[in-house]
Amino acid sequence: MKIAVCVKQVPEGTKRIDPATMRLDRSGEGALNPYDANAVEEALRVRESSAEGEVVLVSLGPASALDAIRKALAMGADRSVLVSDDAAAGSDLVATSYVLAAALEREGADLILFGQQAADSDGAVLWAAVADRLRLPLISQLADLAVEGGSVRGKRQTEFGYDVIEAPLPAVVAVSDAINEPRYPSLKGIMSAKKKPQETLTLAELGVDPSHAGEAGSRTTVLALGAPPPRGESRTIEDDGGAAGEIVAYLEEKRLL
Amino acid sequence: MTTLVYLEHHDGELLKGALGVLGKAASLGEAHGVVLGSGIAGLAEEAGRFGATKVYVVDDPALEAPLPQPRVDAVAGLVQAQGVETVLFANSVLAADIAAALAARLDAGLNWQLADLVVEGDGLVGKQAALGDSVMVDVGWTRTPRLALFRTAAFDPVETGGQADVEPVSVSFEGFSVAARLVEHLQEEASGPSIEEAEIIVAGGRGLGGPENFTVIEELAAALGGAVAATRAVVDAGWYPYSTQVGQTGKTVSPKLYVACGISGAIQHKVGMQGSGVIVAINKDRNAPIFEFCDLGVVGDLHSVVPKLTELVKARRGG
Repeated sequence: MKIAVCVKQVPEGTKRIDPATMRLDRSGEGALNPYDANAVEEALRVRESSAEGEVVLVSLGPASALDAIRKALAMGADRSVLVSDDAAAGSDLVATSYVLAAALEREGADLILFGQQAADSDGAVLWAAVADRLRLPLISQLADLAVEGGSVRGKRQTEFGYDVIEAPLPAVVAVSDAINEPRYPSLKGIMSAKKKPQETLTLAELGVDPSHAGEAGSRTTVLALGAPPPRGESRTIEDDGGAAGEIVAYLEEKRLL
Repeated sequence: MTTLVYLEHHDGELLKGALGVLGKAASLGEAHGVVLGSGIAGLAEEAGRFGATKVYVVDDPALEAPLPQPRVDAVAGLVQAQGVETVLFANSVLAADIAAALAARLDAGLNWQLADLVVEGDGLVGKQAALGDSVMVDVGWTRTPRLALFRTAAFDPVETGGQADVEPVSVSFEGFSVAARLVEHLQEEASGPSIEEAEIIVAGGRGLGGPENFTVIEELAAALGGAVAATRAVVDAGWYPYSTQVGQTGKTVSPKLYVACGISGAIQHKVGMQGSGVIVAINKDRNAPIFEFCDLGVVGDLHSVVPKLTELVKARRGG
């Protein structure tokens, strides 16, 4: 059982868009996207429940993304593949999914896992694009997961309750952050992470033409930055026993009652 | 300008969010819709009343379960056959997967978390709420087709009373698209209206003190004719079901009135409800962040304020 987990490094702390490049400022400290930790945890659980298996991390990002990848290795993943190339910077969904799909094709995993969203772009869509490129079945928003007899089954959380869905392997699966509580890396895990195989590939080494990556391969663009519209006047009162009456008066004034 | 709107439905009804996007599309030019499912006659006419001039219908057993991949085949086929330049989606678990897979299939740009879409020159510009809503970004597409995913409840539906031409379409599905299957649907117990469709929401947070205290929230919601929502903290604690969770990992809502009870207003929660029309907050901690973005804040004990409020609303409604 070979499991690939797609992980991403996201900026730590307050995020900002650099007005000069119109891209997310990735110059500061980076961290493993917290939602990806759920996917790594789930991969480790699947590996532990099967006789043998391998968990490989696949990522696209700057060379500094290795810091985030090492955290996932410290959790227990076996090795990593980072695609890092200046020509891939600024990739949108179309370009990112193209490059990741190429890296995943090279691995040929039985199960490809994603976390439920990226904490920086708020994107929650990449897996579907990757599944389409790999021509594999897709299940997203899984709140639990079981691998059995060549298929994966789980409970998908939707606006209308839960759908139990099953798909044959190989498959692409995105897990929700309700699926598990990610383990903390042990000291031993942290020490051994450094020695685990960590491959870094350029686009050329991956066999991806640069026209498919970065801005050249992207189909969306950021045009301008603005500020969110400010809210109107706000009022705060202390409850002296009459606050409920004041709320009713306010709601009537706003024609909400 | 002609745009195609993906019309999601559930339990025999088109979703309000999709109808809202349809209204937006109609305001930009000609709006066409696409309805996919099994045994869905009637929904297309419904779309006509909300602004669609033409509705493509794919009625196929392969589209019975709410799974994204066969829908990608259907929409991709339609875009290619009709030369569609723009496809709009109201965000949902299902629609996000369809839109993203379609982006890969059609080599088409997808912008998400859009609050609005405007015509500029001969192109379109999306207004994207980015980085946890801390910044609004103008986003564009470098070519067609363009794909756009609107945030939940970005627009209210507009009933025009029009009629749509209904055009049945047949689709052939990719093998991998029909490989996943729905085993069963587990309906979650939901009392009252869904929070994404509700015009009034009463929400409870950790300040309630325990799951048993949600009754005061439910009673106020019932008196106001609204729905009950919860924060991630109380859902994680098992006090209330996930389907009611508002926030970054839950739902984004924009009711006319949002009453936040015992909710501190962490950014995680804020991004899910700050689009509400009027926000009333009741919290005993005067330093809670929610007081920075509510319209009316009450520093006080919710266990005393909320039941009194319920009684007053009942009296007002009854009289």
